[in-house]
Amino acid sequence: MDFDFLSDTMGKLLAGVPMTLELALISTTAGAVLAVLLAVARAAFVPAAWFVRGYVYVLRGTPLLLQIFLIYYGLGQFAWVRDTILWPFLRQPYWCAILALTINTAAYGAEIIRGGLQSVPAGAVEAGRAAGMPRLLLYRRIILPIAIRQALPAYGNEIITMVKATSLASIVTLMELSGIAYSIISETYRALEVFLCAGTIYLVITFVLTRAVAGVETWLNPHLRASRT
Amino acid sequence: MTPTIALSGIHKRFGANEVLKGVSLEAREGEVISIIGASGSGKSTLLRCIPLLETPEAGSIAIGGETVRMRSKGGRAAPADAHQVNRLRASLGFVFQNFNLWAHMTVLQNVIEAPVHVQKRPRAEAIAEAEALLEKVGLAEKRDAYPAQLSGGQQQRTAIARALAMRPRALLFDEPTSALDPELVGEVLRVIRDLAAEGRTMLIVTHEMAFAADVSTRAIFLHDGQIEEQGPPARIFNAPTSDRTRAFIARHLNR
Repeated sequence: MDFDFLSDTMGKLLAGVPMTLELALISTTAGAVLAVLLAVARAAFVPAAWFVRGYVYVLRGTPLLLQIFLIYYGLGQFAWVRDTILWPFLRQPYWCAILALTINTAAYGAEIIRGGLQSVPAGAVEAGRAAGMPRLLLYRRIILPIAIRQALPAYGNEIITMVKATSLASIVTLMELSGIAYSIISETYRALEVFLCAGTIYLVITFVLTRAVAGVETWLNPHLRASRT
Repeated sequence: MTPTIALSGIHKRFGANEVLKGVSLEAREGEVISIIGASGSGKSTLLRCIPLLETPEAGSIAIGGETVRMRSKGGRAAPADAHQVNRLRASLGFVFQNFNLWAHMTVLQNVIEAPVHVQKRPRAEAIAEAEALLEKVGLAEKRDAYPAQLSGGQQQRTAIARALAMRPRALLFDEPTSALDPELVGEVLRVIRDLAAEGRTMLIVTHEMAFAADVSTRAIFLHDGQIEEQGPPARIFNAPTSDRTRAFIARHLNR
């Protein structure tokens, strides 16, 4: 084993971790907000339900890689896109990757939240209505807090998937963890060591993440924790 | 004096099944009305029509003299003004058969939720009042417990405190003890009995005949979606004029 090479590689790879985490954090956060809006729209407004179904169908039905390509290479071909105030963002691979990751995770997230919404007990909703809660308040105070708690374990899965999906951003020139790994290999041809190092870093990130999600679950669910004792 | 609750000519159907066939009912302040009848007689549906948890196809509902404005929406009756309905709902306290507490909130949070977020009362004031109410239903030491940690009787007493926290002009009980183990029924009935003694206006749908006879100022026997007979409980339970009422009472008191 060439420990000098390994530690040198690790050092270079770690420099890509902030970018990986940034992509994952921004896209899962924005994606989660979008997912909640989509799921609530689907549950609450009949005309929106068809739009949301179509959205979910298209974004789950096509590869994320293709979506990144379409946004990065495709959008710029429309002259009117180049004229919008968004163009300074959309011409950068960074924001294209974030946009693609966000709309992709929102599709999966919307389905997870939909499951959570369906598991909200009808009696809890009825008690809110009987107390005179307007619909928005009912969603904010009763329905979403229960739905999100139910959806959290599955959503943790989606977040982990997203962290690994950020590796696709390297394909549009972003030097995150995987992008740096490719570039080291193209110089050294030592694929095994470099990919093992990169894989180890992903494992550590995922480990920390699963613990964090489990912690949030425990924190949000004192009522379930208590009932098991 | 304006009746606290006035229902007139209430009709309600579920599909082909006509559950309420023109029920009229007035509850004056301080009255305790027990609504009895066989399963499927429409008594729960009638109670649920008062805060518009069910929308009647025909008839009018007035709470504190204010009539709920209705309109026709796609050929079906619907409340015309959601704000009015929410305001009137907040002026009533509804207690469900299955408690329907909010599982993600503590006992205290359940009780202050609507006062703080619907009635916009100061949080500190709502907490002080909630603590007094929990004391009253005997759950002061459970204020930080979650519903899943409570027995059915404790959950229902929490639900009663939650309803009282709205400072309601009337309390509506929908079979409040039907989901309870027999040994827990007594503690809930005791709380309801205390509320009746305070002179609160209450409508109680119940199968507890002895309790209804004892606590109410008026009893209403519902049969097949219509009021078959009503009057002072002493007469309804001991000397009903209708054969159907007599048969029903006999069946239930002998159990």
